[in-house]
Formats: sequence, C-alpha cells, structure tokens
Amino acid sequence: MSRTLSEAASSELLGARGIPVNSHRLVDDAEAALSAAGELGYPVVAKLCGEAIAHKTERGLVRVDLRTPADVRVAASELLASARPDDGAVHLLVAPFVSGHRELLAGLHRDGQFGMTVMLGVGGILAEAIADVSVRLVPISRVDADEMVEELATQSLLGPFRGEPAVDRGELAELLVRLSDASLADPGIRGADLNPIVITAGRPLAVDALVEVDT
Amino acid sequence: MIPGESFEALFEPRGIIVAGASTHPGKFGFVSLHNILAAGYEGEVFATNLDGTPVLGVQSERRIEDLPAGRADLVFVCTPKAAVPEVLRSCAAKGVRAAFLTSAGYGEAGPEGARDEAELAALADELGMLVVGPNGQGVVSTPVKLCAQIVAPYPPTGSIAVASQSGNFVSSFMNYAIQSGVGISRAVSAGNAAAVTVRDFLGYFAEDDATSTSLVYLEGAHDGRRFYERAKAAAAGKPVVVVKGGVSTGGARAAASHTGSLASDDRVFDGMCRQAGVTRASTVEEAFEAAATFATQPLPAGNRVVVMTTAGGWGVVTADAIAATSLELLVLPDDLLAAIDEKLPPRWSRNNPVDLAGGETRDTVPEVLELIAGHEQVDAVVFLGLGIQSNQARLMRAGPFFPEHGLERIVAYHERQDDRFAREAARISDETGKPILTATELAIADPENAGPKAVRETGRLCYPSSNRAVVALDHLWRYRRYRLRRGL
Repeated sequence: MSRTLSEAASSELLGARGIPVNSHRLVDDAEAALSAAGELGYPVVAKLCGEAIAHKTERGLVRVDLRTPADVRVAASELLASARPDDGAVHLLVAPFVSGHRELLAGLHRDGQFGMTVMLGVGGILAEAIADVSVRLVPISRVDADEMVEELATQSLLGPFRGEPAVDRGELAELLVRLSDASLADPGIRGADLNPIVITAGRPLAVDALVEVDT
Repeated sequence: MIPGESFEALFEPRGIIVAGASTHPGKFGFVSLHNILAAGYEGEVFATNLDGTPVLGVQSERRIEDLPAGRADLVFVCTPKAAVPEVLRSCAAKGVRAAFLTSAGYGEAGPEGARDEAELAALADELGMLVVGPNGQGVVSTPVKLCAQIVAPYPPTGSIAVASQSGNFVSSFMNYAIQSGVGISRAVSAGNAAAVTVRDFLGYFAEDDATSTSLVYLEGAHDGRRFYERAKAAAAGKPVVVVKGGVSTGGARAAASHTGSLASDDRVFDGMCRQAGVTRASTVEEAFEAAATFATQPLPAGNRVVVMTTAGGWGVVTADAIAATSLELLVLPDDLLAAIDEKLPPRWSRNNPVDLAGGETRDTVPEVLELIAGHEQVDAVVFLGLGIQSNQARLMRAGPFFPEHGLERIVAYHERQDDRFAREAARISDETGKPILTATELAIADPENAGPKAVRETGRLCYPSSNRAVVALDHLWRYRRYRLRRGL
C-alpha cells in the first residue's frame, strides 16, 4: 500500500535532499496568507494543500500570479471554500510565483521489471502528448545524468530561449543525481513527481512536488 | 553465475551424444545428427535410439548406459519429454556436463508443462549439469564446427556470438552471416530457458576469446535488474547489441503520477540499454549490421566523418543521414583540401562529401581515400560508388559484342579496379585504425560484382545502402563515447 504526501511535505522531503524546490509557507487562513505573501514578496501563488489532494490543477486549486494583497485575500477565501470533506485536513500553501517560459518534469517511478527508475522530460500541459523523456535505473552517475539531459529530443528548449538564458545543464543533471540519491537513501519512496520544473534565469526550480511513499 | 567450464561443455564439447536419433529424415532426431555430421564437427559423435538402428553411419545404442564413459561432454536431446529425466541422469553418470533440449511440452504447453519445467531446472541443479532449453532450436559453435540444431543454416566462422529467446532469430542472424560473409563464433537459442537464460550466455560470451561482439534477441527480461547488471558488465568488455521484440505492447498504463505514465516499459528498457552501454537496434537487420560492424571495423576515436563518393546524389543523402545521428560531417581542413586538389581536376566538390565528380584516373580512389583517412581530424570514412565499373563490365560481358572491340580487356580492367579499391579500403582502415565503411546496393543487387565480392573477402561488411552504413557507424561511435566518458 502507498499514500501520497502533501505538496508541502513532498517539497520539504526532496528539498532536504538538495533538490531545488520552491520555498513556501503553509497557513490556515486568509490573514496568515497575506502576511506570508508579504514575507515572500509579490507576486505569489496560492494552492490548496493536503495529503489527499493530488491533482490540484484539474480541480482549479492553484491560483497563480497574485500581485496584490487583495488578490491573495480573494484566492485564499475561494480555495478554502473549495475544500471537500474527503480532502481531509487542508492548508493554504503560499509560494513565490516563479515565471519562466520553459517547463520540464522529473520523477521517480518503481518499474515492475527493473525496479526504481529516474526520469527527465519536457513538461507543461503537453508533456504526455509530446512524451520527450529519458529514463535510467537508480542509481545514476553524473555521466548518466548528463546523458539524460543530452538525450531529450527537444534540445532547442535547453538553449537560449525567448530572451531567457540557456538552461544550466549541470544543475539539471545534478538535480537528477540527487533525485536518484534520495530514493536510495529513503527506500520508502515509491515514486515522485517534480512537475513542473520551471526554468527561471536558466536554472531549474521545482514549483510542485508529489511524493508517494510505502505505508 | 554458472561457471564457464559448463559453457565449454556446451560450446566446445570433446564428444556429443544425440539422444533420440531417428532414421526418419523429417524428424528432429535425424536432422540434428545430419547437421552435426554435415558441418564436420571435430569431436566424437554418439547416438541412442529405441531399437539401436544405425543412423547416417553412426552406430546407435539402445541405452545411454551402453555408451563409453568420459568421451562426450554434451547431449543433444530429441526424445519425447517423458524420457528426458532418465536421459539426463544417465548422461551425468557418463560424465556429460551439458545438455541441449529440443523436447517440447514444457512451460509453453500450460500449467502441467510449467511444473515439469520447474522440475527440469531442479534436476539440472541436482546433476550440476548445464541444461539449455527445453523447446530450443540448437547450438552452433564454429571453432569446433559444431552445428547441433534442428534447422539450418551453418554459418561462416567469425566472432559474433548470438543468444536468442527465439530460435528463428538465431537462424536469421546466421543467414545474414552467410549473405554478408561476416561470421559467427557461437549461436544458441535459449528455448524456454528453464535453467539457463540469455543473460547467462551474455556472461559467457563476455569471457569467450572466440567472441568479439554479442548479439541478442530478447522479448522480455523477467529479472530486469540482473539482466542490467550482467549486460553492463559484459558491455564494459566488448560490444553487446540487443534487438527487442514486443516494444509496442504494455506501453501505455494507468498511473497516478506523470512519471509513472511516461516511464513506459519501452522507455525504461531503452534507458537501461543506454546506461549499460548496450547497443540497441530497432530492427533485425540493423542489429546484425551493428554487430558485424563492431566485429570487423575499429572503433572510431571521435565522431568526425568524411564521405567519399564517385557520384553526387549519394553524397547528399549520406550527409542527410549523418545529420540525423550523433556523427558529424567534418568541414574539410585546408591542408586536406589542398592535398585532394593535387589529385583531382578542379570540378570536384571541394567540400565534404568529397565528390570525385568522375575525375578519377587509375589510382585516384585509393590515393584520395588514403589522404582522407590519414588526416588527423578524420575519425571515420564512408566510401560510396564501389562496383560501378564492374556493373558496366557485367553488361558488356553479357552483351552481343563481348569479347571483341576491346571489351575483354576493359571488363578485366574494371573488375580489377573495383577489387583493388575494396582491398585498399580495408588496408587503409587497418593501417590508420579508423573505420572505413563501403556502401552500395550492389552488395545485394549483384553480390558477385567484383567490388562487394572483394569487400566480403576482406572480411568486412559491404553495406546495402549508405544510410545503413551511417546507422552502423553511429552505433560504433556511441559505444566508444560511452566508454570514453566512463574511462573504460
């Protein structure tokens, strides 16, 4: 059996393993959300966060690019009001809004034949349709990780892109090595999604995380 | 891991017993004995059958017990399933250390057969015998002229070792070996792989001095991790080429995570191959050609390729093919450009592809090839246009004017030239330590053409098209790059 950790817990677990994840504050009401936004600096993103909530975007539980306290107040009230009884305990997650034109995704998946694997792919809403991904078996070396980056078919996405600098390939490869290392260090991890990883100022930053653990 | 000496009993037996030899030329028990004798197996051959009738001049005994002890290392079993355990026990008592089982009715036949198969594996363990199959096609080993199999063919000697989960592919690869002249060291079908799997053969091939390259057909790797570990260890020593069937099944799956749904079986397998340094081919002919290239060409030091052609169009499509790979079309360095200028009239292409543009005299092809391959910035050469002259010679020879009008002389000249070009390409490759791949459709269209024929005689593959040569060369470079990046 397995269960998924909340976004906040997932992101803390992976962040502690050196994986670049976005910072956040976890709060319970609109007032606290406002002060969190003030601390983090605008614009921010607000999401409804809970262990039973996996597909936030599909349910409209993500509000991005909130530029003013008024934006945050409205978003916080609406998100809290959309919680369903079966969502269990929920919080508001407030995080800096990270902008970038390019989205990648990475993750861990336990394969039936080959055991734990680590994956890198082109992200965004077309991710599964494009399916430009590379996979390796855990553990990977840095050379393996470099080759995963090199293997993506959409290499033009990794160069300078629409006024943004080229992706730091070394940081991307290092993220993959750390993901692989995290699963070695914590065998209870059954799977993980870092989706999306936004490329901001050329560097990868996971702005959503989902970890599935054995129970 | 199974010890190497068990595999030696399989691949280099001092003697072989055919259990269940038949006088009926349609039965496996006849065909296998026929094939062993016809290929000229160097060891002793024994046979058993129910009535002790001689088959193909081999005196058969009714029982294994009646055969001399210590003379055979391998038993080739063609008896019905029910007789197998007794045959194996008796053979073990005679010092036989390996068995190949063609007998059917095991795991492929349902739950009862699967139980028998498990018992067979346990018996192999108990007897300490290498039991290959059941339901297998056979084993070939050219260093001892062994062709113990229930089907044709027997391939030329070479250094490619084949292991397959499907017997048909063993035949296919050996047929390609016959066609191309690039030969085989060992070949075996794993059958149901009750006790010995493709993975185990890979381990043996990696240590086998007669083998330079392993070639594997897989449908599934049930114990994926162990396959990965073995393949990676094998590929660290010598090239391993894999072609996998069943890539389109089980690809899609429902998964809670994006990673789970994107990490399809085929992508995981593909990543595993890249991580292990295993060369994965997408088709059977690509797999054979990759293996044949590993077996007969040096590995390139880098990815810079020069295409040399006697005709324009081929060069253009070959450049396109190169652009789709990890290879690079070298921009001709000034000194090489100047050196080629000395050899050719001004109309030559003056870039890469090097198009000789019909400006050749008697010695141009080998001279320019030597200049190109000899240049320090060139890592590999693709040579196009071999055999054109001999193709004209063929038409002249068959036409109504031969041998008058000077045709006899010119035909001989053309054929001598193509023969020489092929041999010079091989010599220059040997001397420079760089791969030189020759491609022409005449390799298939007219295998007797003096050009392709001479390529075969040098032991190399004459590629049926330039894009196939490029794909093969790309596999070599990617394997070399894998090794370089990991300090192997």
